[in-house]
Amino acid sequence: MVGLEHYLSVAAALFVIGIFGIFLNRKNVIVILMSIELILLAVNINLVAFSSFSGDLVGQVFTMFVLTVAAAEAAIGLAILVVFFRTRGTIDVEDVNVMKG
Amino acid sequence: MLQSDLATVLPELILAIYAMGALMFGVSSGKDQTTGTLTWATAGMFVALALWIGFGNAGDRSAFGGMFTDDNFARFAKITILLSAAAVLLISQDYMARRDLARFEYPVLVSLSVIGMMMMVSAGDLMALYMGLELQSLALYVVAALRRDSARSTEAGLKYFVLGALSSGLLLYGASLTYGYAGTTLFSGILSTVNEEVPLGLLFGLVFMLAGLAFKVSAAPFHMWTPDVYEGSPTPVTAFFATAPKVAAMALIARLAYDAFGGIPDDWSQVLSALAVLSMFWGALAAIGQRDIKRLMAYSSIAHMGFALVGLAAGTAEGVQAMLIYMAIYVAMNVGTFAFILSMERDGKPVTDIASLNMYSRTDPMKALAMLVLLFSLAGVPPMLGFFGKFYVFRAAVDADMAWLALAGAVASVIGAYYYLRVVFYMYFGTEGDRLDSRMAPAQWLALVAVAAAMLLGIINLFGIESAAALAAESLVR
Repeated sequence: MVGLEHYLSVAAALFVIGIFGIFLNRKNVIVILMSIELILLAVNINLVAFSSFSGDLVGQVFTMFVLTVAAAEAAIGLAILVVFFRTRGTIDVEDVNVMKG
Repeated sequence: MLQSDLATVLPELILAIYAMGALMFGVSSGKDQTTGTLTWATAGMFVALALWIGFGNAGDRSAFGGMFTDDNFARFAKITILLSAAAVLLISQDYMARRDLARFEYPVLVSLSVIGMMMMVSAGDLMALYMGLELQSLALYVVAALRRDSARSTEAGLKYFVLGALSSGLLLYGASLTYGYAGTTLFSGILSTVNEEVPLGLLFGLVFMLAGLAFKVSAAPFHMWTPDVYEGSPTPVTAFFATAPKVAAMALIARLAYDAFGGIPDDWSQVLSALAVLSMFWGALAAIGQRDIKRLMAYSSIAHMGFALVGLAAGTAEGVQAMLIYMAIYVAMNVGTFAFILSMERDGKPVTDIASLNMYSRTDPMKALAMLVLLFSLAGVPPMLGFFGKFYVFRAAVDADMAWLALAGAVASVIGAYYYLRVVFYMYFGTEGDRLDSRMAPAQWLALVAVAAAMLLGIINLFGIESAAALAAESLVR
């Protein structure tokens, strides 16, 4: 029997993978965008699992909002990335360094 | 029912329709010629809405089943947000036009982000909170990269996007845990659950949400984006980042803490005081070596957010009032300072190096004096308003038996005074060198001198902010 805690564990694992993907990744910025999607999907799993186990629909409504916003966020992120690529000619994380910090 | 709901959100609704109308107008009227008109119209719209909200006398209302709250607290924050956004648009108009940045998207994006901020401060539900926050953030990511052909600006946009998306993710994970353990997304529902035994999952949710919001106010362990984004973005955008979004995020923290987690003040108070201490000290220490005035202002805003958080950490109505007064004063000081920074140029080219201020008092004594008043006020030197802002938050902390927090704040503000005074030193006793041009647009001059005068005259009665903030705090802390 798959219980609530299994769903929560998967979501927590995805969330942690996403966070590590952002901080440990040294290759390129696309991977960071993918990690951000991973984080948002982890949240969605959480919400849907809670919603179905408590018999309350609000969580699924919330998931729809998160999905929509995630799409908008990805669009804006890619747009900024394209503009960045045009000025610098690279999307390597190590080259995002005109300003220190 | 629906009618009264819509009446409650009417200001937001009007602004949203205006933003879309402005977008259509801008697109259809040819290349960026209408930017000036749109900027003025948007600023006028903000001021009109602020006056309407301010004189509306609507009382405490909520709409859409409690998802949207319109009380004195929300109104105070909304007026601060609208007025500061209008002021920033007006002082940046000249800079945008002269630096080839006059794009009609800018006022449209600013109005969209202002709608997001108004949603944030009125949020009564985790979904409303998230939607408001994202509307604000998505618009801000785009304006950070407004100068599309500049490596710095696009890099600022990219960094802001990545870290902003990460903070939204943290916040959202916290929201999902809170929903799971409280069984509802409504703040009022969470409030009634939290009064009893607090499940560990709710505490985790609270901490994740506070961490996500701390990113947005750039409080210390989550501040790393601030200096780079402030330095890389075009200066008018930096001025905007330093004012309205900070008020909105700070008000949102207060709303979440009191409306949703008001039953466990001790738990969030610990987190907030840790954030406050770290921000105050990190902002003060890291600013010392800075040579770029925009980076300096970034660290300055980190430190100021620390002071405002001291007020919230006190966990009393007095603390919320102190936080609101502090934010109002902070925003005014930043508008004045950025009006000056926007006008800094040499041979027609913008400069942001602090050393370029050498002997500025000889070039233009009047503006140097106004800047001196503002910098003293930012540092918190007694006769200026900035001191009273700090005084209120420290008093709130002491009254809430957190004297150690007030003491730490006092030490940090003394350290922080060094770098503000260093700028004053350059202006009055620096070495001779290439001087800055003395040109300044009328709107910038007006903002600089008016704010500097307000910093001195405001000590009489704080322009009535004190009582308004007290009313606002009462409606939040029940």
